[in-house]
Amino acid sequence: MPTILTPPGIYQPRRPGRPGDLGEGDSGSGRRPPTDKRTGGNGDGDNWSDRPQGRRGPRERLSRARVGLFFALGGDLMFFIALVSVFFVAKTSSHFDAYSRLINDWLPTAIPSILWLNTAVLLVSSVCAEIARRSMFRETDLMDEWFGFGRPTSRRAAIWLSATLALGALFLAGQWVAWTQLAAQHVLFNSNASSHFFYLITVAHAAHLFLGIAALVTALTLLARSRQLATRQVAVDATVWYWHAMGLLWIFLFVLLEYGQ
Amino acid sequence: MPSTQAIPPALRFWHLPVDGSWHGHALDSHLLLNLWIALALFALSNLLLFVGVLSSRRAHRPIHKLTLEYLPLLAFAATFLLLGSRASSLWATQRYTGAAPDALQVEVTGLQFAWYFRYPGADATFGHTRNDLVSAAEGNPVGLDPADPHGADDIVRPQLVLPAGREVDLTLRAVDVIHGFAIPEMRLKQNAVPGQTQHIHFTPELPGDYAILCTQVCGLGHYRMQAVLRVLPAADFNKWLIEQERSKDAEALP
Amino acid sequence: MSAPSQRLRTSPARPHRIVRALTSTNHRNIGFGYLTISTIAVIFGTILSWLMRIHLSWPDWKLPLHGPILPEDYLALVTMHGTLMLFFVLTVAPQSGFGNLILPAQIGARRMAFPRLNALGMWTTAAGLIVLLCAFLVPGGSPIAGWTSYPPLSVTSLAGPGEGAGQDVWLTSIALFAIGGTISAVVMLTTIVKLRCAGMTWRRVPLTVWGWFTASLLVVPAFSVLLAAVLLLFCDRHLGSAFFIPHADVINSTLVSHHGTGSPLLWLHLFWFFGHPEVYIAILPGMGLTSMVIANFSRRRVFAYRLMIATTLAIGLLGLLVWGHHMFVAGLNPFAGTAFAAASLAIAVPATAKVLSWLATSWRARPWLSTPMLFALGFVSLFIAGGLSGIIVAQPILDEYLHNTFFIVGHFHLIMAMAGVFGLFCATYYWFPLLAHGRMLSERLGKWHFWLTLLFTYTTFLPMYFSGLGGEPRRYAQLTGLNAPAQALLAAHTVLQFHITGGAIALGLTQLLFLFNLVRSLRAPSIAPDNPWSATTMEWAPQGMLEPSPDLPSPAAYHRPCHYTDDGSSFTPQWESPQPSTVEQE
Ligand code: HEA
Ligand code: HEA
Ligand code: CUA
Ligand SMILES: [Cu+2]
Repeated sequence: MPTILTPPGIYQPRRPGRPGDLGEGDSGSGRRPPTDKRTGGNGDGDNWSDRPQGRRGPRERLSRARVGLFFALGGDLMFFIALVSVFFVAKTSSHFDAYSRLINDWLPTAIPSILWLNTAVLLVSSVCAEIARRSMFRETDLMDEWFGFGRPTSRRAAIWLSATLALGALFLAGQWVAWTQLAAQHVLFNSNASSHFFYLITVAHAAHLFLGIAALVTALTLLARSRQLATRQVAVDATVWYWHAMGLLWIFLFVLLEYGQ
Repeated sequence: MPSTQAIPPALRFWHLPVDGSWHGHALDSHLLLNLWIALALFALSNLLLFVGVLSSRRAHRPIHKLTLEYLPLLAFAATFLLLGSRASSLWATQRYTGAAPDALQVEVTGLQFAWYFRYPGADATFGHTRNDLVSAAEGNPVGLDPADPHGADDIVRPQLVLPAGREVDLTLRAVDVIHGFAIPEMRLKQNAVPGQTQHIHFTPELPGDYAILCTQVCGLGHYRMQAVLRVLPAADFNKWLIEQERSKDAEALP
Repeated sequence: MSAPSQRLRTSPARPHRIVRALTSTNHRNIGFGYLTISTIAVIFGTILSWLMRIHLSWPDWKLPLHGPILPEDYLALVTMHGTLMLFFVLTVAPQSGFGNLILPAQIGARRMAFPRLNALGMWTTAAGLIVLLCAFLVPGGSPIAGWTSYPPLSVTSLAGPGEGAGQDVWLTSIALFAIGGTISAVVMLTTIVKLRCAGMTWRRVPLTVWGWFTASLLVVPAFSVLLAAVLLLFCDRHLGSAFFIPHADVINSTLVSHHGTGSPLLWLHLFWFFGHPEVYIAILPGMGLTSMVIANFSRRRVFAYRLMIATTLAIGLLGLLVWGHHMFVAGLNPFAGTAFAAASLAIAVPATAKVLSWLATSWRARPWLSTPMLFALGFVSLFIAGGLSGIIVAQPILDEYLHNTFFIVGHFHLIMAMAGVFGLFCATYYWFPLLAHGRMLSERLGKWHFWLTLLFTYTTFLPMYFSGLGGEPRRYAQLTGLNAPAQALLAAHTVLQFHITGGAIALGLTQLLFLFNLVRSLRAPSIAPDNPWSATTMEWAPQGMLEPSPDLPSPAAYHRPCHYTDDGSSFTPQWESPQPSTVEQE
C-alpha cells in the first residue's frame, strides 16, 4: 500500500501554506486532468505527494473508497459465512424419534427455476455495471471533459448504470416471483429446516441488493449533479465494485441452494 | 460435606473444598501447582515493577533484548507448555475414553429447576423417554415412555446415591434449557444440553453428602437448582438399591 | 491557532451549537459522542453492580421504589451490567471514543476517512444504548440470560421473565451495536491504511495505532458473525425456525414445536467466535497505550518495539482461534478441548512478551510518576493478576472445576474490566490537555484517585478468586436458601462476600474523586504547555493536531516514536524535522 509518497527519512522542504489557499493549482477537484497520474514532473511544482493529505488527486479518494469497501465487504463475507455454516450444521443434524430411530428431517426445498433466469439477469447487470465503471476512466473521454467538451464519461456511464439498475430491479422482482411461487406451494419460511435457509439467504441477499440499488440511485444522481469528476468516479467505482461483490456472492449462494441442499 | 475429614492445609489455604473423588487428587495437585506458580509470578512481577520504578538510579537503556525479553519468554513458553501438557494428559485420562463397561449407569436429567437421577433397575437397561411426557406432577419427571417395557423397572430419584470406590457413568440430558451439572467436591462439571446426551464418568471415594449445583444460568430458579449426592460405602449402597427396587415393585403392584 | 475558528463560532448565520454538535461529522465531536455513550453506560453499569453486590450480601434488602430484589431481578441486573459494561463501555470508549479523538492526530491525518459514515456509526451505537436501556421498562423486565444469552433460555418467553420483550430489546440493541461497531471499524481501518501523513510509514506508527488497527481488524469479522447469530436467534424467537432449538424441547411444560433439529451449541460457537475477539478488542487499545505511556514517562524507547507490533498482531490473529476455551465443559468434543487449550496457551506467549516489555521499559528508568504513568503501571499489575488466572482456566481439566465460578468473574474483572478501565483513566489523564483545550487534571487528586482505585480493585476482585476456588457459582441470585450440603459448601465464604461488597462500594465511590477532578479542571483556566508530557507522538505537535486548521501546513513524520537520548534528558518528537546532518538510520 504505497500511500506514503515521501521517502522516509528524507527531508523535504514544504511550501508554506497561505491562509485561505488550499494549495496551488490542483485541489483534486477535477480541475487537473484526472488521469491516473500520481505525480507531476520535476520542477513544475506539481508534485502531488507534497500536497496535503486528501488533496493529492482523484486517485487518492478512489483508493480510499476501495479500501473502505474492501473491509466492509470482508465483514459482509463473514456474515454470510456464518449463515452458511449454520446451513451445513442444520443440514446434517438429526435427532432420535419416539422409536429410537435416527431422523434427519431435512427436506430440500425445490428451488424455483426462475432463479436461473434471475442469476443470468444479475450476471448481465454486472457486465453493464462494469462497462459503466470502465467508461468513467476512459482517458480520451476524461480529456474531453477536461477540455470542456461536455461530459462524455458520465453520459455513457449513466446509460449503463441505468441498465444495471433496471436489471437489478428485475432480479429483485424475479426473487419476489420465486418467493410467491414457493408460497403458493405452501413452502414458507417456517415450513421446514431447509426453507428457513432458502428464505434467510435469499432475503439477506436481497436486502444487500436493495442497498446496492440505493447506491446506484445515488451514483446516478451524482452523475447528473456533481460537478467534480472525482466524486462521480468514486461513486460509480465503489457502487460497481459493491455490485460485483453481491453478484459473486449470489452465484456462490445460488450454487449452494441449488446443489448443496 | 464430611466434616470429620480434615482438609489438607494447602487446599484450605486456597479455600478449596474437600476432594471426594478418585480423579480429584491429580486434578488438585495440578491446580495447586498452577496456583502456586501464579502466586509466585504475581508477587515477583509486582515486586519487579515496584523495584524497577522506585529504584533511584537510572540504568542505561536495557539493551539486552536477549536476556530481558527472549530468554524469559522462552522460559515462560516452556512453563506454559509443561503445565498444558500435564493438564491435557489428565484431561485425556478423564475424557478421551468412556467409562469401563462395568461402571454403574445413572442417567441425570436437568429441567427448570431440578435434577432427577435414574437407575436402570434390574434389567440394566434404561427405558425410552420422551420429553413431551415429562411431568413432575404426574410422577413422571423424566418423561418415561410407558410403551417401553425397559422403563418399567427404572428407578427415578431426586437424589443421587452412589457407592464409594466404583466407577459411575453419568448420562446427562436436559429437557428444556442448558443446565450445568456440577459437583465441586467431586471436581466434576459438565453441561447438560437439551437435544443431546453427554457422558461423564468418575469414581467417588469418600462417603458423605455433597452438593450438586447447577452452574449454567437457566432461569430465575438457577440458584436453587440443587440436589444432593450421597456417597455410601459399597455394602450400604447395595442395600439401598435393593430397597429402592423393592419399593418400586410395591408401587407397581396395585 | 484558534483565532479563525473563534471567528466562525460567533458568526450568527450558523445553527445553534447543539444542533451543530448533533449533526457534526467532525471526528472530534464523534469521539466525544462515543465517550458520552460510554459514560452513560458506565454510570448505569456501576449502579447495577452495586445493587448486585448489596443483594448478594443482604438478600432481604429492599430496593426503594421497587421492593425486594427477586431472583429474576438479580439475573436481569447481571445481564444488563455485563452488556452495558462490556459492549457499551469497554468496546466503545477505548476503541471508538479515544480512537476518533486521538487516532487521526497520531497518524497526522486531519480527519477520519468517510466522516458521514463515521457519524452514522456513532449514532447507530447511541441508538443501541438507548434501546438497551429501554429493556428496564418493557413488560417482563430485562433479559435474564446473561450477556452470553444461551438458547434455549433465550429463545422463548416461556423460559422465564425477561425472555419476552426484554430479550427482543436486547437482541435489537446488540444488532445495532454490531452494525455501529463495524462501521466504526471500517472507517478506522481505512483511516489508518490510507490517511497517514507524509513520512508516517508503518514502522513509525505508534503502538496505540497498532492496537486500534488490530482491534478493528477483529471487529469486522467478529461483529459480523455476532450480527448473523443475533439474526438467527431472532428467527428462532419469532419466525418458527429452529436453528438453536433442539427437537422436542419442552420448556415450562410446553412443547416448543419449531421445524428442524437445531443445536444450542451452535449459538455457543457463533457467540464465542465473536465473544473472545470482543474481549481482546476491549483490551488491545489499552495495551498499546500502556506501552507508549510507560515509554514516554520512562524516557525510553518501548523495549523490543518491533516485537510489540508482532505480538499485537499475533494476539489478534490467535484471538480468532481460541473461542472454544469458553466451551470446555459445554459439550464440546474433548479433542477439540485440547486443541483450543493449546491455542489459548499459545496466546499467552505474546501476552507475556508484552508484560516483559512493560517491565523492562520501566525497569530502573527513574520514571516520572505522573498520574497517567501510574495508571499505566496499574494496568500492568492488573493485567498480570488477571492474565495468570487465564492460563489456569485455559487448561480444560482445571476449567472443569473453575468454569462458571467466581474464579472466572475474578479473572475477567481484573484483566478486562479493571485493566481496561485503568487504560481509560490513563488515556483521560494523559490526553486531557488535548481534549480540554489545554487544561490539566489535578495531579494531586489524580494520585489519590489512582491509589484508592488500585487498592479497592484488589479488595473487590482478588477475593473472587478464593470464593470461586471454594466453589461459588456465578449468576447465583442468592447464596441462602440452598440445600444443606450446598449451604455448607458456600457458607465458608460469607466473610469474603462482605469483603467484596465493601470493596465494590468503595471502588465506585472513589470514582467520584475522578468526576470531581474532571469538573474542577474543566472550569479551571488552561495552563498546560503545548506538550506537557514531553511526548514524542504526533498528537502533541504544535500544529494543534486535534483541531487542525487548513491554514497550517500539513504535518509530516520524520522519526519513529519514542526517540529519547540515553539519559532521557532530551527527546525528538516525530514531527520535528531533523537537521540534514542527523538523518536517522532506520
Ligand atoms: C480483556 C479481556 C480478556 C483478556 C485479555 C483475557 C485473557 C485471557 N483469557 Fe479470558 N475471559 C474474559 C476476558 C479476557 N480474558 C472474559 C470476559 C471471560 C468470561 C466470559 C464469560 O463467560 O462471561 C473470560 C473467560 C476465559 C476463559 C473461559 C473460562 C470459563 O468460562 O470457564 C478462558 C479459558 O481458557 C480464558 C482464558 C484466557 C487466557 C489464556 C488469556 C490470556 O490472553 C492471558 C494472557 C496473560 C498472561 C499470560 C499474563 C502474563 C504475565 C505473566 C506470565 C507474568 C510475568 C511474570 C514475571 C515477569 C515475573 N478466559
Ligand atoms: C467492562 C466491564 C466491566 C466492568 C468495568 C465491571 C465492573 C464491576 N463489576 Fe462486573 N461484570 C462484567 C463486566 C464488567 N464489570 C461482565 C461482562 C459480567 C458478566 C455478566 C454475565 O454474567 O452475564 C460481570 C459480572 C459481574 C458480577 C457477577 C455477577 C454474578 O455472576 O453473579 C459481579 C459481582 O460482583 C460484578 C461486579 C462488578 C463490580 C463491583 C464492578 C465495579 O468495578 C464497578 C465500579 C466501576 C468502575 C470502577 C468503573 C469506573 C469507570 C469509569 C468512571 C470510566 C469512565 C471513563 C470514561 C468513559 C472515559 N460484575
Ligand atoms: Cu439449571 Cu441453572
Ligand atoms: Cu476467551
